[in-house]
Amino acid sequence: MAQLVADQLPQHDPSGGHGHAQDAEHAHNPFLAHHFDTPKHQFEAGKLGIWIFLITEILFFGGLFCAYAIYRSLHPQVFVYAHYYLDTFWGAVNTGVLILSSLTAAWAVRNAQLGEQKKLVFNIIATVCLAFCFLCVKYVEYAHKFHEQTLPGRYFNPEHEVWELPSYQRAHGHAGHGSAAEAHAVEPQAGSAGEVAATGAVPTAASAVPTAAGAEGKEAKVAPPGAPVRPRNVGVFFSIYFCMTGLHGIHVVAGIITWLWILRRALRGEFGPSHFGAVDYAALYWHLVDLIWIYLFPLLYLIH
Amino acid sequence: MSTHQHSANGSPESGNEQRDGHHDEIAHVTPKKLLLGVWGALMILTIVTVAVTLIDFGAQTNLIIAMAIATIKAGLVVTYFMHLRWDRPFHTLIFLGSLLFVSLFISMTLLDKSEYEGSIEEMYLKKGQ
Repeated sequence: MAQLVADQLPQHDPSGGHGHAQDAEHAHNPFLAHHFDTPKHQFEAGKLGIWIFLITEILFFGGLFCAYAIYRSLHPQVFVYAHYYLDTFWGAVNTGVLILSSLTAAWAVRNAQLGEQKKLVFNIIATVCLAFCFLCVKYVEYAHKFHEQTLPGRYFNPEHEVWELPSYQRAHGHAGHGSAAEAHAVEPQAGSAGEVAATGAVPTAASAVPTAAGAEGKEAKVAPPGAPVRPRNVGVFFSIYFCMTGLHGIHVVAGIITWLWILRRALRGEFGPSHFGAVDYAALYWHLVDLIWIYLFPLLYLIH
Repeated sequence: MSTHQHSANGSPESGNEQRDGHHDEIAHVTPKKLLLGVWGALMILTIVTVAVTLIDFGAQTNLIIAMAIATIKAGLVVTYFMHLRWDRPFHTLIFLGSLLFVSLFISMTLLDKSEYEGSIEEMYLKKGQ
């Protein structure tokens, strides 16, 4: 029986003296768990585990991407209108930050594989710092949205109309110069810009909620000719925006915690050429977080 | 006991390990130049995707271009940073499998998307909006 198994596994047992060598290794390698034959065996098992976890993550985010796809295909004008409230500059900065952190994470794996302890620690710290950088930018963006009241659902009650936004003016010239693209953003059944301020709400609450905020100046603003009329339920865009970026942000936080744990282990010298698995798994998770942002950035910020 | 586990987990991929010549290594070490090259390509593609938005190809085409660039970037990350290129093919298989199921999920749901749109429009008409 043992002979049979050995025949099937020539690469693991080139000498035939496998069993005893293995026992010796178990005794000497503190990083090899008892239920694994070799470090490679241990590494591969962990790697399969992390990949299966990543697959569940993709399916998890899939639900939100599905919500996005349905709402955008049904109401493209809402997305065109609402995306002017997002700042492409900060979105692009964050994309750069995450890509750079992916590089340092991949580099950390290389360092661990080659046993470069100092560089490993440096790259892990760099990854954590860039992750914090990402969250800081996200904080600036969220704070701005809370301030401007570009919030989900019926809480969408912006301080500024879309034609007042620099991003809109850059794309269309200053307000008053109507273009075909603006007409595209208009939902036909909506009334004047002043009135539709009230339609951003959930239907049952439409009359009650936005009136207070609407009274303090929205009526006073006169829409320039050619300015887009706010489509119904713009707040849903921000529901999707906050859900997608929020869930992604939670993953960034989880990534930071993971990297800090890896950093602690790296400082203890727990990683080396035969036992770098944890660094690799953390990096794989981190790359997935980057991967999701690579799609979120164009889907939310770069709507045309 | 442990040898049995090995035969269950390890044997199908054994051919690949030998073919790739990484028999003695636990995993492939990505060269520095490749890491930097992939990073550079990702940064350039990010700039390209922002720049392309400024050009009007029509909403549909712009979306397709943006998604195509994002997919190229994702491909680079998965292939090189996540070393699927040197990894067991099984990991690529389950990864692509998850993408397949996500796209099935989204496309099947999109088929049904207009089901309630009529009654929603009716409701808004009644409310006079």
